[in-house]
Amino acid sequence: MNHDAILETLETLGERTCIVDPGRIVDLCRHLKDEEQFNRLSTVTAVDWHPAEPRFEVVYHLHSTVRNQRLRLKCRLGGADPEIDSVTGVWRGANWYEREVFDMFGIKFRNHPNLTRILMPVDWEGYPLRKDYPVHGYKYSYPND
Amino acid sequence: MKKALEDHVATFPAVQEQPASPAAPRRMALNMGPQHPSTHGVLRIMIELEGETIVSAEPDIGFLHTGIEKQCEHLTWHKATTLTDRVDYLANLSNNLVYALAVEKLLQIEIPPRAQWMRVMMTEFSRLNSHLVWLGTHALDIGAMSVFFYCFRERENILRITEMFSGQRMMTSYIRIGGLALEPPRNWQHVVGKFIRAFPSNVDQYEELLNSNPIWMRRTQGVGFVPLEDMLDLGVTGPMVRAAGLNWDIRKSEPYSSYEKFDFDVPVHTENDVFARYRVRLEEMRQSARIITQALEGMPEGPYQADAPHVVLPDREKMKTQMEALIYHFKIVTEGFRVPAGEAYQCIEAPRGEIGYYVVSDGTSNPYRVHMRTPSFANLQVLAPMLRGELIADSIAALGSMDFVLGDTDR
Repeated sequence: MNHDAILETLETLGERTCIVDPGRIVDLCRHLKDEEQFNRLSTVTAVDWHPAEPRFEVVYHLHSTVRNQRLRLKCRLGGADPEIDSVTGVWRGANWYEREVFDMFGIKFRNHPNLTRILMPVDWEGYPLRKDYPVHGYKYSYPND
Repeated sequence: MKKALEDHVATFPAVQEQPASPAAPRRMALNMGPQHPSTHGVLRIMIELEGETIVSAEPDIGFLHTGIEKQCEHLTWHKATTLTDRVDYLANLSNNLVYALAVEKLLQIEIPPRAQWMRVMMTEFSRLNSHLVWLGTHALDIGAMSVFFYCFRERENILRITEMFSGQRMMTSYIRIGGLALEPPRNWQHVVGKFIRAFPSNVDQYEELLNSNPIWMRRTQGVGFVPLEDMLDLGVTGPMVRAAGLNWDIRKSEPYSSYEKFDFDVPVHTENDVFARYRVRLEEMRQSARIITQALEGMPEGPYQADAPHVVLPDREKMKTQMEALIYHFKIVTEGFRVPAGEAYQCIEAPRGEIGYYVVSDGTSNPYRVHMRTPSFANLQVLAPMLRGELIADSIAALGSMDFVLGDTDR
């Protein structure tokens, strides 16, 4: 699997991970779906490495039912105003997963058809799965918690 | 008399004339849920109707969101097992298993065969449990009442078996990192054997009850069609895609926990309607019964927990006699065990489809991130294309055939 958007390929615990240039993610996904038969997008999620930089990792788990193979793609994004292109144009199933990542981490997906909160109420403030978001309390954070 | 009635009617306020233009037909917005009984949980669907035909249906989820992924990050690796029960309360053992497998992958510990087989048996019980609840409630929605009582009769027996093994009926936490929570109870073979010998004839009974019911047949056949390509594109997994003709079961394609040692078939149908999904799930129950029978007959001897004293809680007796066991117990209970830094994605075939846990460790005794790829969340995305163009009455059958659990969706 060779594509110039892949910056690095890792093999850990029998799983293949590709670190991908965030600007080229849609190109690569289109290539993987059309040429490499990755017909399913299993899930999209993110990891917050606060306070390290680049802060966010957007993680895509791909699956090919034809080749019986799985692949993980990772895009690293900076903490200030994280944005990445949406892959809903490649797999429609990315829609809700990207909304969930937006809801929980505040990562914006460009060209997403309906980027609104999905699990939290629409008027919620803050992004719950960020590491600087407290587990306890409502609207107030406790500095010593 | 007739004149008086006409005079009375004449006093009624004039009925508003509807727009006659065919270009702008009158549409009605209908809000189904979040407390509609047929949605089995708190799902809200915003439906636009034209007459009785659904023009668009937009699901609204999140009412059961409890922040399980966030809470996992603040518990030790062991304690987070209890939260995995609460994700999908009908397939709790499947969630226990996938979490345990993902963490064991990071820890790289070997699970003894007895524990592996026992895990297979218990997750198959949870599949039976889930499918029985689905069949009972789905038939109840469509109007076949008695199936519900039969299904819940068997489900009660399954809950008694899980209680016998784990001490809990639903929130079992029975499958733990490193093996099982408890040693299998004495005489379990007798109880499981008695249940599983009777079970296949029970499935025949449900099938006979429903297949000889003309209302059931007409309300399920040819309803809820979505092309297979759309389903795969939207991330649908499990019995839904197998009823659309795709022979894909993670137990066969990526075997885990020694599923490769069991002999079972993957039921596939191609009709891709509510009836096909019912047939797939019914056949899956028979196959699960086969797997449980094989597990019962061929259960290996040996330990039920891995030989990993830094992960598995020691035996009570050893704690009273061995210093090391007491130290390990103290360490595991107070600060938990450390998991090497890394990440793992593990998926299994749950009753509703692919459950995948993406677990990230930073080398401490708490999970850094646990992402749960739950089947109900992905399967629900197909709701809008499935309901478009259907009659409102058929939406109940179509919704039921998807078999979602809202706890699983919202986490």
